[in-house]
Amino acid sequence: MQKIAVIIPCYNEEDSIAHVIDEIRTLPENKLFSITPVVVNDCSTDKTLEVLKKLNCIYLDLSVNLGIGGAVQTGFKYAFHNNFDIAVQLDGDGQHPAGSIPDLIAPILATEADVVIGSRFITREGFQSSYLRRSGINYFKFLNKWLTGLTITDSTSGFRAINRKALEIVCRYYPDEYPEPEAIILYSLNHLQIKEIPVVMRERIGGVSSIGSFKSLYYMVKVSLAIFFIYIRLKFNGKRNTL
Amino acid sequence: MENVIPYKIQLISIIGSILFMLFIFRLIVKGKLREEYSIMWIICTLVLLVFAFWKNGLDLIARYLDVFYAPALIFLGAIFAIIIFLVHLSVVNSKQQKQIKNLAQELAELKNKFLLSKKSSD
Repeated sequence: MQKIAVIIPCYNEEDSIAHVIDEIRTLPENKLFSITPVVVNDCSTDKTLEVLKKLNCIYLDLSVNLGIGGAVQTGFKYAFHNNFDIAVQLDGDGQHPAGSIPDLIAPILATEADVVIGSRFITREGFQSSYLRRSGINYFKFLNKWLTGLTITDSTSGFRAINRKALEIVCRYYPDEYPEPEAIILYSLNHLQIKEIPVVMRERIGGVSSIGSFKSLYYMVKVSLAIFFIYIRLKFNGKRNTL
Repeated sequence: MENVIPYKIQLISIIGSILFMLFIFRLIVKGKLREEYSIMWIICTLVLLVFAFWKNGLDLIARYLDVFYAPALIFLGAIFAIIIFLVHLSVVNSKQQKQIKNLAQELAELKNKFLLSKKSSD
């Protein structure tokens, strides 16, 4: 029986978090794996924490707002320290289909991949995000292809599953802000097998996206720089994993 | 170019440098400034003191480096030192951010463990 932790980073998601947890709990039980939701409250200013206390689920309450990457890493550390075999990353806003978790972890259970990314652009179904965001995603696709030779259609997708091998790496280093595209480079340069599977995403139930229109440009510049530097650090440093 | 630093300003800069140095010492003694950061400031005040006493020093160095306008050398040196120190502060800041992140993450895990043990003992 494989232990799966579903890490749900939350920042002001009082409207949607209960629904997300419910969705995970209604997943059919089976003999192959058991799923445990682990919510990380990234110092929310609304009633997220009160909602979590009532939900009777595992939650990690951060005293300082660390940003999405820091929050997700908190969950990764928890999963690693508590001997989970697989960690699934799922946004607290209800965009990611919890029902697809079994599909997402299937390649890891079959030892075909170390990292599985749920992509909304393989079958192009469901919520496809804004035009601006899609252009950004295309840019990262090109950047990834150029640096690692991999084609990742949805590099900003935060719906991912990773095994213990990858967990060990992300416990040591995980980017704080906008971690998704950078993490792909991190996984790839640590020789982890990355696989994408098609998923159908929805529009968020509540809350606000962590990327507003004003921040888009900053996002592109910051992530490009981060990708560039992590590439140099891992590629030419020789000392792998010493981040 | 003999009197680049006139007498009056020389006195003012000597007094100023000494006062600055005393201020730094006071901060260290009171524990408000860590020694590792104070080294930089002590070196700065020493440089200021040296040039405050050594009237023609700046002029000599400027001439040696072919700097036509000696005070420009002060600005160059000062701006350079400030930039270096700002970079240093950014490094310190980044390090502290990383430490705070680790602390917050560990605290979150401990809070979770504490709640669990409290629940099981209830």
